[in-house]
Amino acid sequence: MRIFHTIGMYMLFMLKVFKRPEKGWIFYRETVKEIEKLGLNSIGIVAIISAFTGAVITIQTAYNIENPFLPTYLIGVTARDTILLEFSSTIVALILAGKIGSNIASEIGTMRVTEQIDALEIMGVNSANYLVLPKITAAVLFNPLLCIMSIAVGITGGWAVGVFTGVITTQDYLDGILYIFIPFYITYAIIKTIVFAFIITSVSAFYGYYVSGGSLEVGQSSTKAVVYSSVVVLLFNLILTQLLLS
Amino acid sequence: MIRVVNVSKAFPDRIVLQNINADFEKGKTNLIIGRSGSGKTVLMKSIVGLHEVDEGDIYYGDIHFNALSFNEKKTLRKEVGMLFQGSALFDSATVEENVVYPLDMFTEQTRTEKIERANFCLKRVDMENSNKFFPSELSGGMKKRVAIARAIALNPRFLFCDEPNSGLDPITSILIDELIKEITEEYGITTIVNTHDMNSVMGIGDKIIFIHEGKKWWEGTKDEVLHSDNKEFNDFVFASKLAKQIRYGG
Repeated sequence: MRIFHTIGMYMLFMLKVFKRPEKGWIFYRETVKEIEKLGLNSIGIVAIISAFTGAVITIQTAYNIENPFLPTYLIGVTARDTILLEFSSTIVALILAGKIGSNIASEIGTMRVTEQIDALEIMGVNSANYLVLPKITAAVLFNPLLCIMSIAVGITGGWAVGVFTGVITTQDYLDGILYIFIPFYITYAIIKTIVFAFIITSVSAFYGYYVSGGSLEVGQSSTKAVVYSSVVVLLFNLILTQLLLS
Repeated sequence: MIRVVNVSKAFPDRIVLQNINADFEKGKTNLIIGRSGSGKTVLMKSIVGLHEVDEGDIYYGDIHFNALSFNEKKTLRKEVGMLFQGSALFDSATVEENVVYPLDMFTEQTRTEKIERANFCLKRVDMENSNKFFPSELSGGMKKRVAIARAIALNPRFLFCDEPNSGLDPITSILIDELIKEITEEYGITTIVNTHDMNSVMGIGDKIIFIHEGKKWWEGTKDEVLHSDNKEFNDFVFASKLAKQIRYGG
């Protein structure tokens, strides 16, 4: 029963969040700030993880297809499909759930326990809308760019390490990248990224917004935010994959 | 004026307020006093609408606050300022941004007008030239002053202060009390202060309501405190040896 209560509270919270902002220019200003905080500040970690994962996929694939009857361009195909279909959307989303999910939950949770949210409410401000909608908007707008960057960096990382270690030539790698390329995979990755961005920001904000107690509870809510947003991301990964690829 | 009529409030594990009746007068510093956990913060939060009351009515002047819709309450709240126990300044904003915030949200003033108003409010609380500081760079007393400046930025008709002296040294406490009293009288605000600080009671208590175990036990002015014959009230107010000596002599 507890899960239904939580889902109900989450729905009511979303109704509070998705109201018309009090002032359009304040919403715009806050969204730009959140793009910097949640999006631009995540470029580094996403780029590093993407480059190394692309490299590892290339080496592992090469190691597993040491068969003269299998063409080496399959390394490029595998790297491309793994990065496009799963890594740059789902795995990056799980990484971001850890990074920005904990950030959001602890920021909003601290505002709750230090009565900053009460101060907003007293002023007549819809605190959920003011604090959360810019975060959701920023992530939904910017995370697809992170996803595209991750795809590019991952594939480049795979190429660089493949050529450097001599497991594949540039030409074979490029042939693999272009072999039976299905452009819809990019759309699929971006759709997943948008849905995951919404889940990470809204679930984390929910756990931060309803925290009560002190710093200990803020820490616990931050952990809950990461765990539950990751679980929901994985659940929706399954649902979206079935809906979009079957 | 704010009127509280037969207000009761319970949480799942305990009853916090029982049949509280009180009038908080305009232009006066109205104090709600009581021990920690007596229910005074819940009473204040119920009056401002942060808690829904289980029973009873709250009136802001002639307006029946409980009966207002969400949007009507929102409109009324623009006339309410509140000073929180921990100041509740926005950590990520500077002093100026904190004071300008309600003006940004609820006025159509130009940027220059807002800055002028913020500077006026900051000057009123002796915090001029602190515009660019962040809350983390301020002392407890300075934070309270900035919070008062933010609370009065929109010229509120009602001011609520939840334990404004908590965590402050006695001299700063008195300064904050005097500031609240001055602002209340200067702008004719209905001010309600939650406190358990005896200096505040004797210094600024135009009207005092004593809450004990969720009930109102005593009501009077600071001049009537020394003549009270209410045991619970006297036990609270004259808890220290020095206070007992003042009250009972010897």
